Amino acid sequence: MQLTRRDALMMGAGAVAATLIPAGAPRAAPTLDEAIAAFTGGATPGEGGVTITAPEIAENGNTVPIEVDAPGASSIMLLADGNPNPAVCTFHFGPLAGAQMAATRIRLARTQNVLAVARLADGSYGIARREVKVTIGGCGG
Amino acid sequence: MISRRHFLQAGAAASAILGASGTGNWARLLAQQALTQDQLLAAPAFGNLTLIHITDLHAQLVPIYFREPEVNIGVGEMAGLPPHVTGEAFLKLYGIAPGSPMAHALTHVDFAALARTYGRMGGLDRIATIVRAIRADRPDALLLDGGDTWHGSYTCLHTRGQDVVDAMNLLRPDAMTLHWEFTLGSERVREIIGGLPFPVLGANIFDAEWNEPAEEFPPYALFERAGTLVAVIGQAFPYMPIANPGWMFPEYSFGIREERMQEVVDEVRDRGAGLVVLLSHNGFDVDRKMAGRVRGIDVILTGHTHDALPEPVQVGQTILIASGSNGKFVSRLDLDVRDGRMQGFRHRLIPVFSDVIDPDPEMAAAVAAGRAPFAAQLGEVIGRTEGLLYRRGNFAGTWDELICTALMEERDAEISLSPGVRWGPSLLPGQEITREDLFNVTAMTYGQAYRTEMTGEFLKVVLEDVADNIFNPDPYYQQGGDMVRVGGLGFTIDIARPVGQRISDMTLLRSGEPIDPARSYVVAGWASVNQGTEGPQIWDVVEAWIRRRGTVSIAPSRSVRVIGH
Repeated sequence: MQLTRRDALMMGAGAVAATLIPAGAPRAAPTLDEAIAAFTGGATPGEGGVTITAPEIAENGNTVPIEVDAPGASSIMLLADGNPNPAVCTFHFGPLAGAQMAATRIRLARTQNVLAVARLADGSYGIARREVKVTIGGCGG
Repeated sequence: MISRRHFLQAGAAASAILGASGTGNWARLLAQQALTQDQLLAAPAFGNLTLIHITDLHAQLVPIYFREPEVNIGVGEMAGLPPHVTGEAFLKLYGIAPGSPMAHALTHVDFAALARTYGRMGGLDRIATIVRAIRADRPDALLLDGGDTWHGSYTCLHTRGQDVVDAMNLLRPDAMTLHWEFTLGSERVREIIGGLPFPVLGANIFDAEWNEPAEEFPPYALFERAGTLVAVIGQAFPYMPIANPGWMFPEYSFGIREERMQEVVDEVRDRGAGLVVLLSHNGFDVDRKMAGRVRGIDVILTGHTHDALPEPVQVGQTILIASGSNGKFVSRLDLDVRDGRMQGFRHRLIPVFSDVIDPDPEMAAAVAAGRAPFAAQLGEVIGRTEGLLYRRGNFAGTWDELICTALMEERDAEISLSPGVRWGPSLLPGQEITREDLFNVTAMTYGQAYRTEMTGEFLKVVLEDVADNIFNPDPYYQQGGDMVRVGGLGFTIDIARPVGQRISDMTLLRSGEPIDPARSYVVAGWASVNQGTEGPQIWDVVEAWIRRRGTVSIAPSRSVRVIGH
């Protein structure tokens, strides 16, 4: 499946909407690999070039703070591999952006990897992933 | 009863004199009996700067018995490393003579018998004597409190922490960090810290709404000592809203925040700090990992996991100090800091044998005054125990076996659950159980005992989740408690498996039948982190059960089988 960049953006929007509005007829969501391929135009991203800041364990799975940072990037796609629709959103940075970083909050239903794929200044793609655990909690010492 | 002379030798054993190798030689020092009172309490022959560390007091202002764990399993890279060494192996590792005062202080071996010989440990009045002695030869020593201080006793609960706050202020700490204190509610915490003569630090305490550092809790404090700028960075317990009820402190977010820690260390170094100390409530394994990843920390004063180690653990250029819990120990760390960096150290884990150390009169009076209004309630005898009652251990302790049995019988449940907390002193065979003793193992601001139904499938999820919070091979995913205690339920746990695959052979002990994932079971428990939990307070449930029996006899549970370690 070959998706355009615009489709990828729409998927991101769709993922946000899906968390707000209970879905009617289920629509087949692209898989993680498909979503990444759509963003990179099929190129395989290399490790690095982008960092994710996320809690190791979510304090509240309904609103998990995530920060992505990719110096020089023109866009960063955020994904969560355990969500029904893995693509969460894509941030775009114009040439006058002072920093190529963004922070948001996402909903994670269960323990999973959060991934960021960045289109870097040289046109290549970088990827980073971090596991975020969603737990019912333990008991403190 | 041990004499003062014996105590001094115990202190001597604790006094590992360390060079660049980072290892001491206790056995030899002990054999030579080379160390004297002067070396324990008088002017240090070493260095120019002293840190005093106490942590995890859990409001134990008077001396107690506290049995260290027999089972404390380490996983992943931490397997077999201190503090995951217990009993005889611990004694052998550190060259401590079996039956000696330090053997008793640091391990579970022959606990009840040795407790009768060496007496209770702790007491804030004894700690005050030690602190005063250290200050006598190092007046500007920094006293740092690792937190879990304003929690864990009858008087602390009924004064919402005030009795401990007042007593601790007499010790004049220079800084502290927090964990259970937040379960007093964030408003009460702010009220207390507003009146403290020292800062409460937490580089990882953030405003939950903006995800920015919370301004009530500075990340660090700077002190000028021995011509050196000393930075003390605080790290509160990272998993507050997960392990404890987040609704009690909704304004705050925590987390390990390793990147933030590096930023703060870099900041204090840029400001000229020649010594960087992390006052941490991370738990030992989290601190060990952090020490290997964050550059520029000289000393980590660890807390939370209640480990007492007679020698520092060294990770790269960082040393980790573990000072125990419940007032049993005071750590003294003498440092040689010159030319803007730490050049050497000497460490002593000072055991607080209460029969040997004189109580500080001022502190003794303050503690007594705080207890006086509650004297009748504290001293009321509820029953008597035939066996040793203790809590520590990864899977079970007799105190929790008692609580789980009381929950099942008083609440008419098939299964009971009790949180795997590590606080709570021990009682010796034959001792009376007073209300104070009962509160020492149950006191908290969310002690309601719930009664509910859970499916077999959900029970497994609970056990799996809690197990992963202890045995995840990555320390950053560990929360530092012990396994949830169960009554009426047996199971096998394979430590080495991943989450979802550790628990098997779940059995309803009442019938001997396997747990049916689809069936609902009546479950009683307490200390739920959910808001609006209803039920009687756990101490009332347990008191009623003990009173009915008069004398209780609790054998260690054998219903959990542990494999994979």
